[in-house]
Amino acid sequence: MRNRAPLGSTRARLELRARGLAAVRSFFDARGSLEVETPLLLRAPAPERHIVAPAVPGAGFLAASPELQMKRLVADGAGPIHQITRSFRGGERGRVHLPEFTIVEWYLPGATYREAMDQTEALVRWVAERLATPGNPPRFAPGFPFERHRIPDLFERLAGWRPGADVDDERFAFDLVDKVEPALPRDQGVLLYDYPASQASLARLCPADPAYAERFELYLGGLELANGFTELSDAAEQRARFERERAAIAAQGRSPYPLDERFLAALPRLGLCAGVALGFDRLLLALTGLDDIGEVTSFRWEEV
Amino acid sequence: MYDSSDIRKNLKILIDGQPWVVVDFQFVKPGKGTAFTRTRIKNMITGAVLDKTFRSGEKLEPAEVEQVSAQYMYHEGEQYWFMDNSSYEQFAVSAAQLGDQAQFLTENLVVNITMFQGQPVGIELPTFIEVQITKCEPGVRGDTASGGTKPATISSGALIQVPFHINEGDWVKVDTRDGRYVERINKR
Repeated sequence: MRNRAPLGSTRARLELRARGLAAVRSFFDARGSLEVETPLLLRAPAPERHIVAPAVPGAGFLAASPELQMKRLVADGAGPIHQITRSFRGGERGRVHLPEFTIVEWYLPGATYREAMDQTEALVRWVAERLATPGNPPRFAPGFPFERHRIPDLFERLAGWRPGADVDDERFAFDLVDKVEPALPRDQGVLLYDYPASQASLARLCPADPAYAERFELYLGGLELANGFTELSDAAEQRARFERERAAIAAQGRSPYPLDERFLAALPRLGLCAGVALGFDRLLLALTGLDDIGEVTSFRWEEV
Repeated sequence: MYDSSDIRKNLKILIDGQPWVVVDFQFVKPGKGTAFTRTRIKNMITGAVLDKTFRSGEKLEPAEVEQVSAQYMYHEGEQYWFMDNSSYEQFAVSAAQLGDQAQFLTENLVVNITMFQGQPVGIELPTFIEVQITKCEPGVRGDTASGGTKPATISSGALIQVPFHINEGDWVKVDTRDGRYVERINKR
């Protein structure tokens, strides 16, 4: 990853964030999306085996994602909505990981992951143009569409095998980190799509090939920036997947969260809908070319 | 035993019987996947550099590697003899282990010896050494500004390129990483 001089002053760091937030808001305003807020303190977070929503004794859990609550709003007729909020992930800290980070999440009723991919690319370009200065141009080739690769084809080329319906979770994650991600271009946005069905617990399966889910990820500057999919709206299927995740969590020795029955009850009313979550701090990191996420937050986690 | 969460720069680990040192590392975790630590490691014997990814919780064997400061004494055939500066113990490093480094060794030069499982496996030279020119063609008058070079043998044995104005008996500073002439020095 490129190393650049830190932003220098607190003021410069805050201005970068403020301009980035304003750019995100103007993007969604221009598309008629409604900004919403959902609770940070949850009773029943989505069970995902590799994500820990930190427990708050006596109160519940800090949200690892606003996903379930936003889908309930869409199911209740909210229309296209977006949110800029905080999410929490227990045990994650590294050069590009924070235990508390800013997430931009939005939903497009009536759309599939195809339109969501287009809009994610458009959002990143929009923010990049607004953050660009003569001394800091956009960090990808402007004017060129982001590369798009189907996961099984990309794995075949870079890792020598095609992950499918019966993919080994561990092997998939290892080769993604060890072989695929390091080979992605650094100077261009890349959209990866059609993940093995097991790698997407809240996404709809591809109607033409149920071995894969209609899920995508955006990489920029080698960083995983966004995750989106066509939402699963089949409540029975969603319940079965949640139970599988809960079993996997229990097998790790953790106690599974309660099931969010209100979410499952609302799900059939969601209909066709696509949603995307984008890490705002990572977007700033990728657009500035800095190499530590602590360079773009108001405080470094260690200094909180 | 180390755990993947112990990975830090300069951590020395044993892989397939070889000592490696971590030169860079990064915590990586796909949004929907398990956590890994991606590292760049360097073989402490061969100097080979490798990118390696460790699974979360993976065990790593520590490499018993230490650096001792030692003075070069002399060589006898294929054996280069050094003396530990604190224990005065003497030990030999083979020509094969030294490779090109042997030609920068001069008597009393202080180097760091890498000891692996109690045995010397290699040395780390100072970046710059001061050596005397033992053999070169005489300087050519008028050529000092042309920027050209000529071959010269230095007291440690290496053949290097020096500017035309350097003569036999001159003392020069040499970069041991690439054998590059740095400057002429006034000495004794």
